[in-house]
Amino acid sequence: MKQFIEGSWAMAYAAKLCRPQVVSAYPITPQTHIVEHMAEFVASGELAAESVNVESEHSAASLVLGAQATGVRTFTATSSQGLFLMQEVVFNIAGMRLPVMMVCANRAISAPINIWNDQQDSIALRDAGWVQLYAENNQEALDLIIAGYKIGENPKIMLPIMVCVDGFILTHGMETVDMPTQEEVDKFLPKYNPPYKLDVENPMSLGLLGDPTVYLENRYALHKTLEEVIPEINKVGAEYKKAFGRDSIRLVEEYKLDDAEIALVAMGSVCGSIKDVVDQERAKGAKVGMLKIVSYRPFPGEAIKKALAKVSCVGILDKNISLGAAGAVYTEINSLMAGQNKKVSGFVAGLGGRDITPQTIQEIIKTTKNEVNACKFIGLNKELLWDEFRV
Amino acid sequence: MFSVLASKGKTSRNNKTGSWRTFKKPNFLQKNCINCGLCKLVCPETCITGKEKNQYYPDYDYCKGCGLCAYICPKKDIEMVKE
Repeated sequence: MKQFIEGSWAMAYAAKLCRPQVVSAYPITPQTHIVEHMAEFVASGELAAESVNVESEHSAASLVLGAQATGVRTFTATSSQGLFLMQEVVFNIAGMRLPVMMVCANRAISAPINIWNDQQDSIALRDAGWVQLYAENNQEALDLIIAGYKIGENPKIMLPIMVCVDGFILTHGMETVDMPTQEEVDKFLPKYNPPYKLDVENPMSLGLLGDPTVYLENRYALHKTLEEVIPEINKVGAEYKKAFGRDSIRLVEEYKLDDAEIALVAMGSVCGSIKDVVDQERAKGAKVGMLKIVSYRPFPGEAIKKALAKVSCVGILDKNISLGAAGAVYTEINSLMAGQNKKVSGFVAGLGGRDITPQTIQEIIKTTKNEVNACKFIGLNKELLWDEFRV
Repeated sequence: MFSVLASKGKTSRNNKTGSWRTFKKPNFLQKNCINCGLCKLVCPETCITGKEKNQYYPDYDYCKGCGLCAYICPKKDIEMVKE
């Protein structure tokens, strides 16, 4: 049934439909509403789960790690500094091959302290071994959570999933979302039945010391499995489309790329604005298109190469920056495009909640066409940049 | 794809961690022992066994040579020796 609701509510509802048995998180803006709603579901008896209050994000992540290891489905959510406090455990969850589901409500990181949206937090944890999926809107966020459980819990995969949603823009935005029924989700998502778990009847140790004779193989297996997630996303995407009628589980989305000369590449909610600008530019005769990356980890190199095969200029919009280098998505796409005789440019915009307006996107299109830049900041206020310290 | 991720219960003793020991090991002299049991209590590997005077002994398969038993012994009846 279609409902006009807040994004956090849609995401909590999606998680609830997947019947997690343990939920734990520590409140942090802009994620708080998601777990607040989960706690309400547990308190009202709508969701048969333990909702555990903890003293920090490190504990929240540790708690879902431990719970998942006993063979139950779990859910957590966080943002920014909270994700960073979880970092140690985030790597452990992937290394221990536990398919935890986490929603990361993307928020800028300190310093300076900033609660508004960019994607620096999840990008900084891209190397953790989690599947990272970026949602454009709240419908996609709901879809990615439900399908994400299925992808991660495949006994051959067993990897955690991070559904990344732009803080405030999605979490606090009201949109129409088609909400599936419990019966539909139960039919799509089988009961969690892991090939290994902590069980007193069949004792085993998880999270072992991996000395130099086994560590390399562990990391190789993790890497190989992430590569196997690429066809798995397509497979689960087809099943999802059949079950719910939406084509939202995919590696990338191509928007008007067929005859495009200039392609913009981005992730997350900004893709909605880019689509509008692409339409406006096309009305004026410019051959512009867009490529949205849904799966950032695993990185779908072949799908991206194929989608951008015919364009001559590629402009990549990063809402993050690897300081001292360039935007993360630019760096990877630029290396993919090596030797292809295309103009590939990287742009950094929208950090810390700075609005990305149609004018910002038009400037990126214009610059992509006329120049080549590795890391061009868009929308800088030069009056705030000084050669010397000022108070 | 998976690699070494878990081990069966009760198998940790298969790893002879005494191989990590370097340089020195405790030598239990078994001469002036008063059966206080302190060596057994402080051993972080719980690899010292014994119930009677002059019968305490470490299991070198797991002893890492930390020397705590020799340090705590009130009768100096344990000495650290070069291996």
